[in-house]
Amino acid sequence: MNLTLKVWRQKNANDPGQLETYQAKEIPSEASFLEMLDIVNNQILEQGQDPIHFDHDCREGICGMCSLNINGIPHSKEQGITTCQVHMRKFSDGDTIWIEPFRAKAFPIVKDLVVDRSSFDRIIQAGGYIDVRTGSAPDANSVPISKEVADAAFDAATCIGCGACVAACKNASAMLFVSAKASHLNQLPQGAPEKEARVIGMVEQMDEEGFGNCTNHFECEAVCPKSISADNIAKLNRDYLLAKAKQSVSS
Amino acid sequence: MPQSPPALVTFWNSSIGKKIVVALTGLVLVFFLIAHLSGNLLIFVGQKAFNDYAYFLHHLLHGAGVWIARVVLLTSLVLHVVATVQLTIKNRASRTAYQKEATQRASKSSRIMIWSGFTVLAFIIYHLLHFTARLGPYSSFNDLTVTRPDGSTSLDAYQMVINGFSSLPAVIFYVIAISLLCSHLSHGVASIFQTLGLSTSKTRPLYKKLALIYSAVIWVGFLSIPIAIYFFRLGQA
Ligand code: HEM
Ligand code: FES
Repeated sequence: MNLTLKVWRQKNANDPGQLETYQAKEIPSEASFLEMLDIVNNQILEQGQDPIHFDHDCREGICGMCSLNINGIPHSKEQGITTCQVHMRKFSDGDTIWIEPFRAKAFPIVKDLVVDRSSFDRIIQAGGYIDVRTGSAPDANSVPISKEVADAAFDAATCIGCGACVAACKNASAMLFVSAKASHLNQLPQGAPEKEARVIGMVEQMDEEGFGNCTNHFECEAVCPKSISADNIAKLNRDYLLAKAKQSVSS
Repeated sequence: MPQSPPALVTFWNSSIGKKIVVALTGLVLVFFLIAHLSGNLLIFVGQKAFNDYAYFLHHLLHGAGVWIARVVLLTSLVLHVVATVQLTIKNRASRTAYQKEATQRASKSSRIMIWSGFTVLAFIIYHLLHFTARLGPYSSFNDLTVTRPDGSTSLDAYQMVINGFSSLPAVIFYVIAISLLCSHLSHGVASIFQTLGLSTSKTRPLYKKLALIYSAVIWVGFLSIPIAIYFFRLGQA
């Protein structure tokens, strides 16, 4: 199939950047979206030009490295998958495809479609972990956890930190990411002791990084490749309120 | 060790804390609207019922009741507006624009909250000048009085409303403002539950429905009065 691509090109963080048009010719429909970009990049390289830079790693939907806004939607309009899992058979011959980076003030563009998502790492460092005594690994079944809690924690833990929620949010809010990471640990016995400090620390770091606020649009839920529920956001709101109430009476 | 600011300050300065203030103050206003509407609908019962109700409000707790309500409502409104303006500014600053952007779930109402809010604010100011302070062209409302059974005189609130809604521009502004208020509420009321952490994906459709029903009741209820007066000549000889 032959396609027209409108691709965001930007030399570096300070360059204003612009959309450039490329003709992607003879793309096999069994190619993945990223393979399609590889093919286009080969053509660009043959002409001695700078290829389109984009992020990727595992190419099987587990690492969270690939990004891209495809026709205005992070990871494309297909639900529950990452950009690397999008296939060209979902497009038709002659289509025009718009490809932009995941945009947010807290995700500065490094080059072309590559953005710096280290603001997420700093949020994790502010509480998205548990303190444990290292040493020999404890027996796997020594801490009983109910099936419901284990399932809910696992659902939250499937977040791969790709940033699609931020990219889709009209306010570039990181609430789905932060709430998933917090709720994964908060509801497990290993994470519960540090729940309040975690919630306050992660929310304050999120605000400091320049993410927006949640206005309950639920755009994040629609694009999350792991279909993480905004129930976690409600939970984070509640946990933050309770943690601050406790802080105000105990400090 | 440097003293960290009090929890209440950091709560207000945080994204979630400020949103919770918006939800709680919004909730106060949501309850007020229901009470206000129930009282207003007495206009359909008649002049005496409506004026007795107005008299009752102004003499509740020896006149203190109405002032307590005013302080609570004004404080809620100011906090609501300050918080939402600050949140909106932060939200705009956080987003960098796409060349092509799709919207999948956000409703129109949810995306114009600040504009429906500002219209409601303009409306509230106008409404208070119109019927509460009765300033400027509305000062003649002060001359409308009725005699109470005890011989004292008080404002003829009924006649004031009838006169107030005999003007087409006033009626048009009420219709526009109340309609935008209901747009605000159709998103806002459902949002309260999410912001306060009371909703799950199971209960979310229920809250959405509740918000739509509440907004519809507010819309029909408040607009029935100016429409009945202007178009169906309620209370006019
Ligand atoms: C009778 C008057 C009003 C009522 C009943 C009301 C009610 C509400 C409610 C219930 C919410 C949802 C809170 C949440 O997200 O949890 C809300 C949000 C909001 N209100 Fe109002 N409101 C009123 C007046 C105003 C005014 C005057 C403004 C002017 C600036 C305003 C601006 C906003 C904005 C921008 C939001 C969205 C905030 C966000 O999601 O971040 N509102 N309102
Ligand atoms: S490249 Fe790893 S999730 Fe897409």
